[in-house]
This record gives sequence, C-alpha cells and structure tokens, in this order.
Amino acid sequence: MRRVKIIEEKFFIWISAFMTYSLIAVLIFIILVIFIKGFGALNWDMVLKTPRGGYYYGGEGGVLNAIIGSLYIAVGATLIAIIIGVPAALYLNVQLIRYRRTQNTIRYFLDALWGIPSIVYGAFGFSLMIFFGMNASLLAGIITVALLIVPIMVRTFDEVLSTIPKGLHEASLALGSTRTETAFKVLFKQGFPGFITAVLLSFGRGIGDAASVLFTAGYTDNIPVNLDEPAATLPLAIFFQLGSPIPEVRDRAFASAIILTGIILTISIGARILSKRYSRTNLT
Amino acid sequence: MQIRRIFLDKVNGFWMVFSMITILIIPFIIGVGLYLKAAPLFENQSLLKLIFSSSWAPSTGEFGFWPFITGSLYVTLLSFLFTAPVCLFAAIYLTQFSSPGLIRVMHPVIDVLAGLPSVIYGVWGILVIVPFVSDYAAPFFGTSSSGYSVLSGGIVLAVMCIPYTLNMLIEVFNTVPNGLKEASLSLGATMWESVKHVVIRGNYPGIISAYGLGIAKAFGETIAVMMVVGNMVNTSGNPFEAAYPLPALIANNYGEMLSIPMYNAALMFAAFLLFIIILMINLFFRYLIHKTKRQ
Repeated sequence: MRRVKIIEEKFFIWISAFMTYSLIAVLIFIILVIFIKGFGALNWDMVLKTPRGGYYYGGEGGVLNAIIGSLYIAVGATLIAIIIGVPAALYLNVQLIRYRRTQNTIRYFLDALWGIPSIVYGAFGFSLMIFFGMNASLLAGIITVALLIVPIMVRTFDEVLSTIPKGLHEASLALGSTRTETAFKVLFKQGFPGFITAVLLSFGRGIGDAASVLFTAGYTDNIPVNLDEPAATLPLAIFFQLGSPIPEVRDRAFASAIILTGIILTISIGARILSKRYSRTNLT
Repeated sequence: MQIRRIFLDKVNGFWMVFSMITILIIPFIIGVGLYLKAAPLFENQSLLKLIFSSSWAPSTGEFGFWPFITGSLYVTLLSFLFTAPVCLFAAIYLTQFSSPGLIRVMHPVIDVLAGLPSVIYGVWGILVIVPFVSDYAAPFFGTSSSGYSVLSGGIVLAVMCIPYTLNMLIEVFNTVPNGLKEASLSLGATMWESVKHVVIRGNYPGIISAYGLGIAKAFGETIAVMMVVGNMVNTSGNPFEAAYPLPALIANNYGEMLSIPMYNAALMFAAFLLFIIILMINLFFRYLIHKTKRQ
C-alpha cells in the first residue's frame, strides 16, 4: 500500500516536472527554428531598404517599410493608450479607493475585455473607418490597435497600483494635497515600474498584432509620411511574403520573422531590466 | 497659487473620469456598431437559419455559418485536449514542487511565450507542425494529408494558449491556503495526495474557469490558425483534413466583401457572433474566478 502511494507520487511528480521543462524546450525550439530558417536570408538590405520593383518576385529590397510602419502604429497606439489608460488606472486607485465593490466590478469587466480577439477589433475598426469615410490608413490602424491595448494597459498598471499601501495615499492627503495631486505625483511615481511594464507590454502587443491591422492599416511599399496614408506592418509583411510560391520570398518571410521575434524579445527583456531598476528606488 | 491648484485638480479630475468612462463604454460601442452593421442580414433571414444553415453562397445571398462555427469549435476542442493536461501538471509543479530557481526561470519563459506574436506561431507551425502532420502523423494513422489540417491548427493553437491558461491556473493555485495542505500532510497523506485532494479538488471552479478562458482565447485566434488550418470547408470530421474557422473567414474575405451586397453584413455578423460568444464566456468564467478569490 505504502509502496503504491510512493510510486504514484514519484510518477506524477515526474510527469509534472516533464511538462514544465517541456515548456522551456518548446520556447527554445520555436526561437531556434525561426532563427535557423531565416538566418540565411537576413542581411542589412532587409532591415535598411524598402521593397524595390519586383521585390515580391525575388528582386532586391527589404522590409524597412513594414518595420517603420509597425513602429509608427505601435508607438501611436501606445501613446493614445497612455493618455486614456493611465488616468483611468489612477482614477480606479485614488478616487474609487473607498468603493471596493465598484473597483472590483470595473476590474472584472476589464479582465473580460482582455479576452476579446483582435479580429473583432479589426472588424469594428473597419466599420468605423467606413462610417467616417476614411480609407485604410495609418490613423485607422493606430486607433484600432489603441482600442485593443487600452484594457491591457489599464489592468497591468492597475495591478501594480493596487499593491501600493493605503498609508502612503493617506499621508499624501494629510499633507494637504488634492486627490489628483496624490494620483499623479505620489501614486504615479510609486507605481512607475508598473507603468513601464504596462507600456512595454502593450507596445509589444501592438507591434505583433496582425488581425487588427489587416483591415485598417492597409499595405504599401512606401514609408508613410502622413496619417492618412496606408502603412505596411511587419506581421502582415511576414504573412504576405509567406504566401508567395517563390522560395526566395519565403526565405525573406523567415528573415522578417527573425526581426519581429528580435523586437519582441528585446521588449520583453527590457521590461524586466527597467522595472527592476526603477523599483530599487521605491519606498517599500 | 491656490486657484491654480484647484483648477488643475478640476481639469485632471475631469480627464480621469472621462477616460474611465470612455474605456467602459468602448465594448458597448463595439457591440452596437457591429450589430448595426450586421442588421441588414436579418431582414430576409432568421437568426436560427443564419447560424444553423450550412449553405454558403455569397453571390446568391445565402449565408449559413454552421460549417465555420463547427470548424472553429473543432480546432478549439482539439487544442484544448493538448492544453489541458500540460497546463494542469505544469501549474501543479510550479506552485507545489518546484524550487525558487526554476520559478525565476519560468516566469520570463511564460511571459515570452505569451508575448510572441501569432504570426510567429504561424510561421513555426508551417515550418514544423505542417510537415510533421503530413510526413509522420498522417501515415502513422494510415491516411494521407497535406499537413494543412485541423490537427495542425489544434497543435499550434495549443502552444499559443498554454501560457495564457497556465498563468491563470498558477494564480488560482496560489490562493490555496497553506494551512489546508499542511493539515492534509500532517494526517499522513503524501505530497501528491494532498495536491490531488486539497489543491485540485478544492479548486474545481477555478480550474474550470481557467480552462474556459483558455478556450475562449483559442476560439478567437486568427492569424496563426489561418496559416496552418487549410481554410477549406470540411464536414467529414477527419482531423487530417482542412477546416475553415470563423475568424479565418473574416480575415480572408475582407478584400472582396464590399463588392457583393450583404457580404459585408455577413462578415460583420461573424465578428459580432465572435464578440458575443467570447464576451459571454469571459464574463461567466471571470465571475467564477473573482468569486473564488474573494473566499
């Protein structure tokens, strides 16, 4: 009886450990496959040139248009998300601090929003665009992606703000500051590492999302100069190049995938380093 | 000075309320907007017919979403079969057995897996999973397959959803009070028995919610699935054949939808359907999780 118990425990611990380590293996596997496959086609032309004539038939050029377009969209959307999201998160943690029920209801609601798929935002952005008579453009892409990342921004920032001790808040009010001063000068500073994490997380989500910009941002070989011009994006560049029957173009899709993966990994590592650096100076 | 402060307080206060309200009404605007766009479709077809009919002929105005809905469900369920055990065991190991060092390593691993864009998963699926299915998995079961199949979609989707579900499960398991587990251990149960009876059994609602949210996430995933699933209507139920999920339908046809009457409305109806289904699942299971947390 005892033996059976011990064997059962050994067996299940072994399986659990195996599953856990296999996740690390899968991550390494994905990254390795992408890097090995795309490394041959990766060169400075890919990063520094826009597509020339006949690029999609194996001609020369690169995906600079998509890299810049993606950065524009992600930066613009993150800015909008900061402008709307940060005050909302602070509001949730300052003005509503005495109403736990309301706070929890809003959090619950935002959590549910997080799960809405990006294709729905894309379809909605598209109908909005038609409604206002716009064409597929940088602006439409930015607005759609902003809608997508606002709930992420608010919830991530809020998660950190909600751990700030109430005493700090009360001390600030006791010294005579107004509520908004408490929010922007005390809580924002104390929650700054959370802010950095929230910004980088939403930026990463914005730069990697394909389904929402598929309808709204369009696709072009040029670098957009104005907000009403269409913009290419990196995920879509990968997707379109991969659909080509020509092997060289497909190889370039893999090289573009390396660029995108590199950007995402940099953001992810950067978020960790930055949030650690800023939380060192915090009160605890 | 005093006036300036009060003025700033008012302006900032207004801005905060305004942004909070904006965020809260966005989902309603999305829902209503999509519904209005889809409304022309209801004029000559009943809702039930739209959902349960399986004839799809946009040029004659026939829109039956059933094959696409079943396609989505099929891929999602298959991915769930792969996700569920991996997430459960990994979450148990991480919260109960592992060393602090492993947790320090696993946090970034899960974050990066969750942060990788779906296109990257799609590329990986095309490079690895599709050839695997066509060269090894299909011959093993005695059939042939191009590789672009429900099975490939399920596998890629499973890998994408693992970090999401796993995070949720870890959160759920962390709420188990240590005292309960210690009580079980002190009565002579082994560690695994305590986990089985206290951590798993005591957390049924939490575990089911985490799985439910993972399924909702899988149901709406677009690009990665679209790249490996083949995008052809399949009613045979064979996992080695292609399927056509609902999000892929929207993404594939946006180009031509303005040229055919009602096509636009039909695709917006598909988006509306996705929105409502996923929002409902999310609201339900989030509610369960919030409730268990409060206890």
